[in-house]
Amino acid sequence: MNVRYMYSLIAVIVLFLLAYAGAEAGVWSQYILGVVIPYLAILVFVVFFIRRIVGWAKSPVPFRIPTTCGQQKTLPWIKSSWLDNPSSRLGVIARMFLEIVFFRSLFRNTKFAVKDQNKPFYALELWLWVGALAFHMAFFTVVARHLRFFTQPVLFPISLLENIDSFFQVGLPGVFISGVVLFAAVTFLLIRRVLIPQVRYISLASDYFPLFLIFGIAFSGLLMRYFSKVDVVGVKEMAMGLVTLHPHIVEGVGAIFYVHVFFVSILLAYFPFSKLMHLGGIFLSPTRNMVNNNRAVRHINPWNYPVEVHTYEEYEEEFRDKMIEAGLPVEKE
Amino acid sequence: MSDELLKPEELIKIDHKIPSKDWMDTPVNIRKGMYCYASNPKSVEYVGLPHARAWNPLDDDWKLPENWKQIIHEGFKERLDKFRSFKVFMDICVRCGACADKCHFFIGTGDPKNMPVLRAELLRSVYRNDFTKVGKILGKIAGARELTIDVLKEWWYYFFSCTECRRCSVFCPYGIDTAEITIMARELLNLIGLNIDWIATPVANCYRTGNHLGIQPHAFKDMLDFFVEDIEEVAGGIQVEPSFNRKGADILFITPSGDVFADPGTYTAMGYLMLFHYLREKYGFDITWSTYASEGGNFGFFTSHETMKRLNSKMYAEAKRLGVKWILGGECGHMWRVINQYMDTMNGPADFLEEPVSPITGTKFENSKSTKMVHIAEFVADLIKHDKLELDPSRNDHLKVTFHDSCNPARGMGLLDEPRYVIQNVCNHFYEMPDNTIREQTFCCGSGAGLNAGENMEQRMLGGLPRANAVKYVHEKHGVNMLACVCAIDRAALPPLMEYWVPEVDVTGMTELVANALIMPGQVDRTTDLRGEEIPGLQSDDVKTEGDNVEK
Amino acid sequence: MSGHVKNFLEKRKTVIIKKWFDCVVDTYPPETASFLKKEKDPFNNPVGKTTVQCLEAIIDHLLDKRSEQDMISHLDPIIRIRSVQDFPPSKAAGFVLFLKKIIREELNNQKSKDVEINELSALDSKIDELVLIAFDVYAKCRETFYQIKANEAKNRFYKAFERAGLVTGLTEEKQDLS
Repeated sequence: MNVRYMYSLIAVIVLFLLAYAGAEAGVWSQYILGVVIPYLAILVFVVFFIRRIVGWAKSPVPFRIPTTCGQQKTLPWIKSSWLDNPSSRLGVIARMFLEIVFFRSLFRNTKFAVKDQNKPFYALELWLWVGALAFHMAFFTVVARHLRFFTQPVLFPISLLENIDSFFQVGLPGVFISGVVLFAAVTFLLIRRVLIPQVRYISLASDYFPLFLIFGIAFSGLLMRYFSKVDVVGVKEMAMGLVTLHPHIVEGVGAIFYVHVFFVSILLAYFPFSKLMHLGGIFLSPTRNMVNNNRAVRHINPWNYPVEVHTYEEYEEEFRDKMIEAGLPVEKE
Repeated sequence: MSDELLKPEELIKIDHKIPSKDWMDTPVNIRKGMYCYASNPKSVEYVGLPHARAWNPLDDDWKLPENWKQIIHEGFKERLDKFRSFKVFMDICVRCGACADKCHFFIGTGDPKNMPVLRAELLRSVYRNDFTKVGKILGKIAGARELTIDVLKEWWYYFFSCTECRRCSVFCPYGIDTAEITIMARELLNLIGLNIDWIATPVANCYRTGNHLGIQPHAFKDMLDFFVEDIEEVAGGIQVEPSFNRKGADILFITPSGDVFADPGTYTAMGYLMLFHYLREKYGFDITWSTYASEGGNFGFFTSHETMKRLNSKMYAEAKRLGVKWILGGECGHMWRVINQYMDTMNGPADFLEEPVSPITGTKFENSKSTKMVHIAEFVADLIKHDKLELDPSRNDHLKVTFHDSCNPARGMGLLDEPRYVIQNVCNHFYEMPDNTIREQTFCCGSGAGLNAGENMEQRMLGGLPRANAVKYVHEKHGVNMLACVCAIDRAALPPLMEYWVPEVDVTGMTELVANALIMPGQVDRTTDLRGEEIPGLQSDDVKTEGDNVEK
Repeated sequence: MSGHVKNFLEKRKTVIIKKWFDCVVDTYPPETASFLKKEKDPFNNPVGKTTVQCLEAIIDHLLDKRSEQDMISHLDPIIRIRSVQDFPPSKAAGFVLFLKKIIREELNNQKSKDVEINELSALDSKIDELVLIAFDVYAKCRETFYQIKANEAKNRFYKAFERAGLVTGLTEEKQDLS
């Protein structure tokens, strides 16, 4: 048994038990779970997220080192790849947009499979890309949708998003596709990590932990919406209380709700200290966010310092006789 | 009856179900043929790098300085503060596994620690332990571990099993570049005197004599003079006259010294001489070689940023001293990564040079207006486009050519179509290898970043297997018999690779093919290629076939 | 050899190759083995592809009346790879022996009564012969390898000396002699 995912799984189970016990214990512990911890988590998240970004930003970018994935811009008649080898800011913005929103590099996994000898065809190794994209898109939608609990009246874009999300109406209450997709995608990513030996080999406990946690969040969320119905009005009241800084506990919302909120709080507090910071880091990746125009526009290294070199004079000094003999021009005869 | 026989699995004892141990608990096995010899202390000393000493990777005792852990820790910290790339790449990997099977060394050797993600984790695990709170508190659970002598040995082995080819970086959703991580790791290793000799000695040579091979100025001239004789023989009595260290020349030419010295690079060097001669005769082209800046490549790049800068400084210094207008660079891989992504920043601004303009076509090389250095493929492509070269591609008809994109020009520059344009104009038979093995997805020769030594031949053969495998495919499918490239390391590394995996395929530089096809002014009775081999169908009496093709 | 073994091999070819391939690939670390088995792209997985192609060719021609040369050509690509990988000679070339066990297992599974003992021992000796050829191939590959290594060293230094005019006399003498 792999200790790395066992550690993470056990951690999440312990967290679940803590939250469940707390929710059942009484109003005081509900207050801790529903008010104190969420506030703390948000505080930790904001402060340390910013600190992390600032920490990265403080280190300079001494060299312009984009990974070029297409033809450079040189002679006017050679078609250059403005997107994969951007020669302008616009190209970089487009490249970054596709990278961040559609995970373009991950999509690049073109595979060449020979089906029969004469007809080679290209197939895409899609699953990692599909899984990752589904996961992130769904996560984003779910988070955005949750803003309905924190705004009064509910903002138009949020209700619009909800309508789109529940477009495929299947019975009542309307099924939000995002929630289901999120749950499926996180399950897929988890299974993939456990089952593919190469990926399991490289995975750390810190890779499993967020997956188990998000699995818990998605599961408790689905549970609340479709099975053990919670008091939605009460939830909204509590959420608005948090937002307007008049936090209070509404009785009888249900233990699952506290588990859900606790998991989310843990995720928020864990976020800035973990690999989840790739959310911020991707914007700062020098191999992707730079223009490949090094030879046209000089890049400045803020800490460039003079170095010891072997000058021509020293060189000639050493080899002068031989150079003269060979008929090579010299500075000093 | 089956028990009368020895069971096959008893004959060869292979345990099928070895329980997979955690990679952190698998100590490095420094295997013969898979590593390069330690640096010669004299070379390390010559360039003033620290802790020069004789040591052997196979010994238990690496004779490290007493405070080596502290040196590494401080060096690590300094680099985190100096390079955003390093800091971000230490933090954001999610271990998705997209890069795992993209490394030629993993594909060839099957060693899981050659997966780019794990290579980086070797460093990250120590980073977490030394520089992150979570790592300090949770230790191994958070993927952190202390830097021990075993970890250090692992670093040395695996960071000298990376050719900095950046293929994994293409597929990483965050653009994490293992080359960048390897560069940092090698800097750290150099702080305690742990380099390999195939890098350290060329660096010292280059510092002293101007080139990696340590060719002194008079010998450098001698070598080119030999080419002059060879050319007279193979190019129908043409007498080329290269000039050296000449002040007031229009252009300075710098190319890797490897091509001056070993086949088949020498034919590319002859190609340069013939091309420049042709241009001089026809258009008064004025170019000079330098013995001081007689190296295009830069093995300092494989040592540290500082060493790279120290070696690279000669290019601009020599251009300034000679008073040329701009610099033309020959075919080389990592040389062009350095020129394209580092030179101007490190040793610029080159405000004493002019913005490069082709004296023959008048084309302004806008893309190099700051660095003032143009790639020979860009330069020649422009000449061909403007119809300035008289070419007879049928002189290359005996060749079926494919093109190997060298890692650095492909993924550190984007020089993809210029060499293809040139080759397709000088050869009639050109075939591409499969898409996922060329251009930005090209496979490394397996010997880059200072790993083309002799003692690590197994490593080179395995690292180059994916490349050779794709060559084999076009060889079997189209009869390809010539592998073209624009890199001197390739020209040194690919011939043995081909000889082992696809012995029917030879290796050439782009300019050799150009010179083969170039109709030299005043040539008589030219029936051989640059290698002195008779071109089929070009006997002395049917020279006129040459003339027929000139028009196209 | 009578047709029973041949029929059997033809009928169960896919299964036998699959099992054999798995055995051969399991000589690598488990993480790598799974990559070698799963990755279908021949250019991203030259080791897996070459291995499977060679095993197929060997099975196809195991019972043919063939020249040794043919068998060498089927064995060469896979052993060429394994001989430079991290295997001792026994493991690099000995994978052929897995075949004995696999075929027996298959015969047992199929409860095949057609194949007689003398046929089976004839098959065994075919496989033994194959092992010996495999060792020849291995030795040949290493020989080529060291030849290349030696040549490279020679080309690097000798030719440089030659160009630098240090050994001109020597080469001329040599040419005269030949």
